[in-house]
Amino acid sequence: MSDFRPNHNPDIIRLLFVDDEKGFVNVMAKRLSKRGFDVIKTFSGPEALQALRKADFDIAVVDLKMEEMDGIEVIKILGKMTPDLPVIILTGHGDENAAREGIKSGAVEYLTKPCDFEELVRKIKQVLGK
Amino acid sequence: MKRQIYANLQRKIIFITLLVSFIPLISLSVIIYYQFTQVFRNKIEEQIEYRARVQSNAIELFLKERTAILLAMADTYTFDYLAEKNKLERIFQIMNHRVGGFIDLGLIDSTGRQIAYVGPYNLISLNYYSQPWFREVESKGVYISDVFLGYRQVPHFIIALQRQENNRRWILRATIDSDVFESLVRAAQVGKTGDAFIINKEGSYQTLLRFGGEILSKSHLDPTLFGEGTTVLEKADKDGKKILYAARWLKKNSWLLVISQDASEEMTKLFKTKRIEIVIVALGCLMIILTTYFTTHLTIRRLETADREVNELNAQLVHSDKLAALGKMAAGVAHEINNPLAVIAEKTGWMEDLLTEEDFQKSQHFAEYKKSLGKIEEHVERARKVIHGMLGFARRMEPHLEDVDINEVLTQTMSFLESYARTNNIVIEKELETDLPIIASDRAQLQQVFLNLLTNAVDAIGKDGNVHLTSRRIDSEIAISVRDNGPGIPKEYQSRVFEPFFTTKQSGKGTGLGLSVTYTLVSSMGGTIDLDSEEGKGTTFTVRLPVVVPEKK
Repeated sequence: MSDFRPNHNPDIIRLLFVDDEKGFVNVMAKRLSKRGFDVIKTFSGPEALQALRKADFDIAVVDLKMEEMDGIEVIKILGKMTPDLPVIILTGHGDENAAREGIKSGAVEYLTKPCDFEELVRKIKQVLGK
Repeated sequence: MKRQIYANLQRKIIFITLLVSFIPLISLSVIIYYQFTQVFRNKIEEQIEYRARVQSNAIELFLKERTAILLAMADTYTFDYLAEKNKLERIFQIMNHRVGGFIDLGLIDSTGRQIAYVGPYNLISLNYYSQPWFREVESKGVYISDVFLGYRQVPHFIIALQRQENNRRWILRATIDSDVFESLVRAAQVGKTGDAFIINKEGSYQTLLRFGGEILSKSHLDPTLFGEGTTVLEKADKDGKKILYAARWLKKNSWLLVISQDASEEMTKLFKTKRIEIVIVALGCLMIILTTYFTTHLTIRRLETADREVNELNAQLVHSDKLAALGKMAAGVAHEINNPLAVIAEKTGWMEDLLTEEDFQKSQHFAEYKKSLGKIEEHVERARKVIHGMLGFARRMEPHLEDVDINEVLTQTMSFLESYARTNNIVIEKELETDLPIIASDRAQLQQVFLNLLTNAVDAIGKDGNVHLTSRRIDSEIAISVRDNGPGIPKEYQSRVFEPFFTTKQSGKGTGLGLSVTYTLVSSMGGTIDLDSEEGKGTTFTVRLPVVVPEKK
């Protein structure tokens, strides 16, 4: 978890990134930041839930297969804690069953790695209506 | 090697079948033949024994009758009466008239001199005192002699009896007609070789033999071999031939009536039966051999076919198992590669992001960087496609059943490729059977199957050619064929086209997963797919799907 910001500019999209692949999270955070996103990097489910307690987010991008806590479980808890927070699944495990389950658990989109970065940005904006 | 196994099995079955068939058949034949021979032989023995008994009774009766009439004459008339020739002649006539069989009749006084005689020889006044039979009559009163030569030097036998008249003893003697007697004995002869004769205690012939053998000569038969009653025995004659003898003692055990028969002559009928039996058994054996051979041959051929089918099925199963295992592995590999691939893609993206900054744009190698990053992205995309294909292959979801019109799916799938085909001057013709039944199947999977086959066909042609698409119903299946007039698939590759990662396309053009995905999907729908290809002529893939009627809603 990187930082904590009490003051918020409503034009900046606050994004919670959850993925145990550190290299991927880091580069995505850099690229998204460059596009004006406020990205909070978390590398496991518990870390993500902790971050959610400290700050508000506009959207979350969650991986499915993670060691400590499964992505589906994270999505379910997120759904209970913050029912209005939209979740996009971004995973390397392109199993359609998993995708179906993720959507059932409350995710709004499903993308597989490696994904087109521009498509991810477009999807996020589309979900948020921006 | 396999043929050898079947040949061995065939030999074993034939051997065992023949063994279990032949042993009872041959044993039965031998037993029946043996029993039959025994019964037949007993019958022959009974017959010959019966003849001996009956004929000996007849002979005994013959002798008794002659003795009785002689006794009657001696009791009726006196010595003086009989001594008159004409009276003796009269009595002789009466005797021959009543019973017959007499040659002559003589009256002999106690000194042995023949007082009166009626008969063909000149025997009057001859003295018999020194003759052996004379002593026998004196001691026994009534005597039937063995055959002897006597004064006349001709073999004959006599019946003689002694009478006491006041103080005078006299003997009345009659000679039996040998012809009459012998014909009586010969009546017991049967067959072409059978004989009947009489021998005395010493074994000398008393009657003529049928084939040679002088009267009074010594017989080769030992009379002591024959006991009380009727004796039947088999003995080899001087030529070694087996002869069956039945004999019975006559005349107070002084004569032996013998009936002989060549055993082989009587057994001829049996030998005939034996020949018939051998022919029947041989035919039976031949039929058993032929039947065994043909049925075994048929069974083995069927077994061979069944085995081959099982082996083919096993090979298919092994193939499916191999594909499933590869699929699982592919899924695992895909998952593991996607993550680093995503990192590479995003790092490249990040570098591209940075290149937009002014400082970098001034770099003299800016264009090189940009080009290299573009190449990396291109290859990441290529890797992504491979992985995507692998995941498609690994995807083994239960088909989602819905009502599917095969022709409609085919037409729609074709439309995806039409513009591409047109630009490459490829004509896609369709020949779809109308009224195909609506089946319950997975539309998306079917579309993928048809798309893969059509894409392959179009890719195989490259430019200028045609693809022929047909659908038709065959019994309980719907067959969909995709035929192209491309270069065809070399024979050595044909068995491998459904293996994952096998491709004949240029490197980078194909993942080698299309057909294996197709194979897996078709199999999961309970269908089959097969290939018919000839180099230089083209390739036809035929998918056969079972007609599964949708459930009524």
